[in-house]
Amino acid sequence: MSRAARTLAVAAGVAFGTALIVYYIVSYLTVAPPVVAATGSKPRVHLTLQTVPSFGNAPHPDWVSYLAQDPRGKWVHSTVLRVPAYSRVDVTILQYDTATGLRNPFWGQPRGTIGGTINVDGKTLNVLDPNLASHTFAIPDLGVSVPLKGVAKGAKNPCSVAPCTLAQTHTTVTFSFVTGKPGKFRWQCFVPCAFGFPLGFGGPMQSIGWMDGYLMGQ
Amino acid sequence: MTTIAGERIPRHGSRIIAIWLVLTAISVPLIVLVLGPHLPPPNMTVESADQRNANIVMTALLVPIALLVLVYFIYSFVFFRETSDAIVDGPPIKGHAGAQLLWIVVTSAIVLALAVWGSYTLIAGAHGAGGGQGPDPAAKPPGYQHALPVQVIGQQWDWTFRYPTYGGIETRDLAIPDHTLVAFHVTSIDVTHSFWAYELGVKADAVPGVDNIAYVNPRHTGFFQIRCAELCGLWHGHMAKKGRVLAAPAFQAWIAAAQKQNASIVKYLPKYSRVYYPLPLRRAG
Repeated sequence: MSRAARTLAVAAGVAFGTALIVYYIVSYLTVAPPVVAATGSKPRVHLTLQTVPSFGNAPHPDWVSYLAQDPRGKWVHSTVLRVPAYSRVDVTILQYDTATGLRNPFWGQPRGTIGGTINVDGKTLNVLDPNLASHTFAIPDLGVSVPLKGVAKGAKNPCSVAPCTLAQTHTTVTFSFVTGKPGKFRWQCFVPCAFGFPLGFGGPMQSIGWMDGYLMGQ
Repeated sequence: MTTIAGERIPRHGSRIIAIWLVLTAISVPLIVLVLGPHLPPPNMTVESADQRNANIVMTALLVPIALLVLVYFIYSFVFFRETSDAIVDGPPIKGHAGAQLLWIVVTSAIVLALAVWGSYTLIAGAHGAGGGQGPDPAAKPPGYQHALPVQVIGQQWDWTFRYPTYGGIETRDLAIPDHTLVAFHVTSIDVTHSFWAYELGVKADAVPGVDNIAYVNPRHTGFFQIRCAELCGLWHGHMAKKGRVLAAPAFQAWIAAAQKQNASIVKYLPKYSRVYYPLPLRRAG
């Protein structure tokens, strides 16, 4: 091989490696879910979320997921939520999945909510039968943990493609909690609801934007 | 001075030993008395205090050995340095049976003594050193039959705690009474975690299906950090919280409040068991 050919081969290899690195960095920076702000303003805001049994779209149509509604009413596939610090946050979660049951029944008791209760389809509860739970919404660092009641198996008009609509079978869970000082708090579901993964805690359970996210208190 | 081939040569060995002895005499007391109290972990429990003592002893033993190596190295660097262009052979090195025997005896004695002392304190002093001894501990502290059992349950990604002698309640917070022997029953309901209570001197694996017992005897009240020391997934780094050692009356008040706060969920909790097995996934979507 001539000197010019060797130089060209090395240059091509370096260019290919550089392109891979750039692609990796750009991909990493662009896969982060968008931030969805709560509606309203300090000291009281509102968050509306929904849980879907299967996202129904690329890249993982069979993954369970949360979605958040932005201030314009559009559903966004994101779990990065922005709320004001030192405020009351009223949360509405539209829950479209069937009951999985809690691996640890302890999470069946709402914690960290105002009054220590949640409202499920118009009923105020201070505990949910763990067998009826489908998911949880938990912000451990704020002490917030809320079980979400699943819809009955075999219910009519189930949702299988996000975003789900109010016409489809769901339960409505509402509750409120108070934010403290500014910070970035992780939140997650405690139900092993990632079907097809070991112990139900792979895939969407380990992915920001699906069943885990951040609450940005600002 | 010794004389070899008419040339007077200093007693390098004696010099090195003298320098080493002086430095050791200064360093070891400093290690024991000044640095020792600041070595990890804090002495919040009998077990963590024993671990700190072990660290002090090990450091005090290691420093003279390290000094001997360093002194020999620096001395050689200074005095045996050849500065001229001429290449001159050094004095011949001969075997010294006495020195070799002394080296073997001293190093063997140090290693064997550490093994005996370590084994003894592991069983008698540290009650298993907080590492967890499985479901049937070999090193049981005196009065272990009356230890307060506290079950530590690891799960992706949080810790919860059950108190079987207080109605089997489960809590998100961990509190234990001081001057009371506590038996942590560490387990997991999903993957392997590791319960690390730094100030208590406990780092015990939390394995599903295994009851890993670690004893602690708190010596004073205060906060301690809890971490997961086994990479367990996305939020592994967030499996952190603070536990508390409370005075006995404060602990009684705390547990009473916890019983009241968690009353509504108690009837749904499974009967207290030393282990739990992850249920098969039932989700149908």
